[in-house]
Amino acid sequence: MTEWSILWDAREVFSNGLIATVQLFVLSTLCAFVLGCALVYQLEHGNRLSRALRLLINLMRTLPFLILAYLLYYGLPPLGLRLSAWSAGLLALIVYHAAYFAEILRGSRLVMPEGYVEAAKAHGFTPLRLYLRIILPTLVIKTRPLLGNQLIIALKDTAFLTIITVQELTAAANSVQSTYFIPTQAFVVVIVLYWLISICLELALKRAARFGAKRGFDYV
Amino acid sequence: MNGQAWLLLFEGAWTTLWISATAIAIGVVLGLAIALVRMAKVPFVDQLLVLYISLARATPLVTFVLFLFLSAPTFGINMNRNTAAIVAMTLNTAAFNAEIWRAAFLSFSREQKEAALACGMTSGVFFRRIMLPQMITTSLPGLVNEMSFLIKGSPAIAVIGIVDLTRVTNRIAAVTYDPLPPILAAALLYMLIISALLKLQAMAEKKANRLAM
Repeated sequence: MTEWSILWDAREVFSNGLIATVQLFVLSTLCAFVLGCALVYQLEHGNRLSRALRLLINLMRTLPFLILAYLLYYGLPPLGLRLSAWSAGLLALIVYHAAYFAEILRGSRLVMPEGYVEAAKAHGFTPLRLYLRIILPTLVIKTRPLLGNQLIIALKDTAFLTIITVQELTAAANSVQSTYFIPTQAFVVVIVLYWLISICLELALKRAARFGAKRGFDYV
Repeated sequence: MNGQAWLLLFEGAWTTLWISATAIAIGVVLGLAIALVRMAKVPFVDQLLVLYISLARATPLVTFVLFLFLSAPTFGINMNRNTAAIVAMTLNTAAFNAEIWRAAFLSFSREQKEAALACGMTSGVFFRRIMLPQMITTSLPGLVNEMSFLIKGSPAIAVIGIVDLTRVTNRIAAVTYDPLPPILAAALLYMLIISALLKLQAMAEKKANRLAM
């Protein structure tokens, strides 16, 4: 029982780690989502820039997240751009997941009925309005299971940042276990915390599904 | 970067590949076994497996690898780094694979089963000759997708000191004081490995779609 009381005394380390993880997760997924939507808007045009972006998105899909974090954290300083571990990690999360969000939305855009878009055009929507009011909401509601999946992947990717010395939840468990030598209990606490966060995400996703069904978008 | 740096990189790539491949091979079979047990709906075991799948899918691989490697000795199990990495990755990927296999089970048509039983097949023969081949085809795209996810997650094993393709860039940079080229080279190798898997997935998808016609 003493191990658990040690953990209770070290609760501040855990809560700091949890806050850091949640902060990284929320901030990065929000930015990544906005960036992903912007990417898809750019892809609508089909010019040279959007071809370059397609290439970049495909590149991200073949890279492990940690390599990107390494690139930003270890690879940039020799070029004269020194980021702190936290901001390098955040930036890596944003760029990486923006590419995945964009890919998910693009996949759904490809199969979207064109008559729908043409009707909106005939009503005089400007391209940006058309995208924001008609296309994007439809895409987001349709792809919500995939987007939710990506959110859980993003949550799990924050743990990689412990390798580039970001003080988040996994790093907290690691520092507690190396101070008090109680690895099992320390990691059980952290795993349960991750589990709770992803259960909350899944519940939120179910809510969103009900909303989607109410708006007439297929299955619950 | 000289020849020796490339040699180190290839060694790292080999470490990543063989550990991931072992985990994938065991994970696919273990996933099928878990799915089979879940389909049997044994009261207590079923809930336990649901809990395992839910936990394993929510836990980051980094956390899980660290947990296994550090806490196994306190239970009197001595694992070296490679074994810990393989076990952690296997348990992680098996949970995802179990869900893929289960989806294939649930979508299997009942008419075929009835037809096979009417032809006098026992349910063992039916499973081996009729059900399994079709399930492999339909779930292969998902399984290959999960494989590429596992390779993307494999840098997690660097956290317990295995010199994989990601970690090896630190080693090279420690000698050359120039971290950018080895990281880019490692990225290139990852790209080759994962795009090969993506290609394989596209092929598997084509085959699965042909079956669905």
